[in-house]
Amino acid sequence: MRVALFITCFNDTLFPETGRATVRILERLGHEVEFPLEQTCCGQMHFNTGYQREAIPLVRRFVEIFSPYDAVVAPSGSCVGMVRELYPLAAELAGDARLAADIEALAPKVFELSEFLVKKLGVTDVGAYYPHRVTYHATCHSLRMLEVGEAPLELLKNVRGIDLVELPEARECCGFGGTFAVKNADTSMAMLGDKIRHVLDTRAEICTAGDNSCLLHIGGGLHRQRAGVETVHLAQILATTEEDTNP
Amino acid sequence: MKVKTPDAFSKGKTPRFEESAKTALADTQLRRNLGKATKTIREKRKVVVEEMPDWEALREAGRSLKERTLRHLDEYLEQLEESVTRAGGHVHWARDADEANRIITSIVKSHEAEEIVKVKSIATDETKLNEHLEREGIHAFETDLAELIIQLAGETSSHILVPAIHKNRAEIRELFVRELGAEGLSDNPPDLANAARLYLRKKFLSAKVGVSGANFAAADTGTVCVVESEGNGRMCTTLPPVLVTLMGIEKVIPSWRDFEVFMQLLPRSSTAERMNPYTSFWTGVSESGDGPREFHLVLMDNGRTDVLADEIGRQTLNCIRCSACLNVCPVYERVGGHAYNSVYPGPIGAILTPQLVGIGKPGPDSLPYASSLCGACYEVCPVKINIPQVLIHLRGKVVRKKQDTGGLKSKLDPENVAMQAVAKVFSDPERFEQAQKLARIGQWPLARNGSIHRLPGRLAGWTETRDLRAVPEQSFREWWKTNRGTN
Ligand code: SF4
Repeated sequence: MRVALFITCFNDTLFPETGRATVRILERLGHEVEFPLEQTCCGQMHFNTGYQREAIPLVRRFVEIFSPYDAVVAPSGSCVGMVRELYPLAAELAGDARLAADIEALAPKVFELSEFLVKKLGVTDVGAYYPHRVTYHATCHSLRMLEVGEAPLELLKNVRGIDLVELPEARECCGFGGTFAVKNADTSMAMLGDKIRHVLDTRAEICTAGDNSCLLHIGGGLHRQRAGVETVHLAQILATTEEDTNP
Repeated sequence: MKVKTPDAFSKGKTPRFEESAKTALADTQLRRNLGKATKTIREKRKVVVEEMPDWEALREAGRSLKERTLRHLDEYLEQLEESVTRAGGHVHWARDADEANRIITSIVKSHEAEEIVKVKSIATDETKLNEHLEREGIHAFETDLAELIIQLAGETSSHILVPAIHKNRAEIRELFVRELGAEGLSDNPPDLANAARLYLRKKFLSAKVGVSGANFAAADTGTVCVVESEGNGRMCTTLPPVLVTLMGIEKVIPSWRDFEVFMQLLPRSSTAERMNPYTSFWTGVSESGDGPREFHLVLMDNGRTDVLADEIGRQTLNCIRCSACLNVCPVYERVGGHAYNSVYPGPIGAILTPQLVGIGKPGPDSLPYASSLCGACYEVCPVKINIPQVLIHLRGKVVRKKQDTGGLKSKLDPENVAMQAVAKVFSDPERFEQAQKLARIGQWPLARNGSIHRLPGRLAGWTETRDLRAVPEQSFREWWKTNRGTN
């Protein structure tokens, strides 16, 4: 199986450690990971903000670059959601039947990390060790667009040393929503306020999720409050083993 | 907190959502009222939906029935007209709100009525019927408890099902004491309801004309249906000798038999009840005298055929106005209905309003952006409207309209300029890599200890309450090239 890593432009630039963790997990499970360097962005920000004509060339690039692989894995539910749910709309807008057909063939091969591990590879124990009190926020796109279900929690439950605590109202949106966080900053803040309150209620040291965009938002709020709670991508928890002295 | 301001369906400009939301979010009483009310109804809904083993099949049935109706809308409407006429009713066609109002007013006037009773109808809110009638010297009495509350308060509805959701009972008690002269009234809900009942009973008995909306109308039999919980609708549609019903053309359903599906979907989704308390069905006029002797059905377009013409937007017309999407929406829960500046608030309002009034108006154009695209609405919608998809589709229409008709001004719009520039960066991996490096260098005046506390310009909204992580020393692709070769 030829596995490609789709890092996403956001992780590539701001969260390289999440990419490194993803590579580490997949290699530990015996897979050779390829990283096509031509990749940039899936076009989600443009598409969801309404700049859809501008997104079409990015959609084409993505399809061209990733179609040759058997599986494409990304540490982001939201970008995978873009490919699976919204690429067909982009093809329709472009009026391009070829593109639509290519998307139909590619979309089922594109996976969010936790669903790739649990649903595609059938692995729930990745041999991780993480001695911290952790709470998990289910991001909206992984939950409702991709329907990853319990996959992230199954993986977390099998991490050794972890003290996993349930997040109250875990299914409620954190208020990120891409450009929503800036365009509707006040509403976004009000949503974030409640999310942070729930995170603090758990007394967790770490808040994790499958999307760094949501974590940037939650973490940004926690950091501003000097709350002492860190946000860490799921991949980084799963990549950590007992050999890591400094997890 | 709310005074009557123009909404998307009245003349005049409406504020953008984010401006109105700012005010609403600062109202702590409103936040508490809404938070409590939506949470209660959300949890109740969940219980009665989860006990249904075939809920998903019912949703699918509801969706496909609506879709079929919309595909053959013209035929079903003509069939409905025939059936209603056969049963002794009169059918009128209204292209827009003005025409609908004129038709209704002339019917009321022909009976020399100066007062009418109304059962809650959003279609008449959309046309501003009450204001129109008032100008013609006719007073409309709202008979639904919550509608009465907001009518007495001189406000507008903030929820499609519980229009006074923004008010608590202490506020209602005060209003009744002031407006109905109900001295010594307690804020006990039954006492409040009783005060309203005493006031309304007289109106029911004296009104010559009743006005209603319609939840559904079956094309094959001509049966119109109103669903409510207080019995006031039953009285409005049976006591006055003349009944006028205003109905959006999308409310038609093919057959009487289809009620089986909708009567299961609607109560559980809206009030979280297993069965609806008062469901009134009527077919034309009543010979025996236990209903109206004259019945008029006004079928209104008012932008609906434009919605129908849009392949992706069309599903919006599936809506059965259950309001489940409002109750689960994290945005609605915090800002309330008034921030949407429309008779249709919440997620459904965010997609219906701009489509009905047309893209290209700043207020309504801001509505598709009033969402984090979390998808909670789609998950509960009993007729499976993919609201996030329609929101995104409409955002595209808003931007394309601006770009294509806005001239130079829209080209120079900072957002547009930024989006074009970023799209260019993403079109080429080398340019992207350069931009990553530039960002790292460019952030130095802003970044301290790995985070940014204040961003300039339009992005300042982010750093008002959130720090931003600074761009780290090495991008992922740089790491890959060093550690894994160039692949
Ligand atoms: S869009 Fe769906 S959930 Fe919202 S009011 Fe209409 S039918 Fe109900």
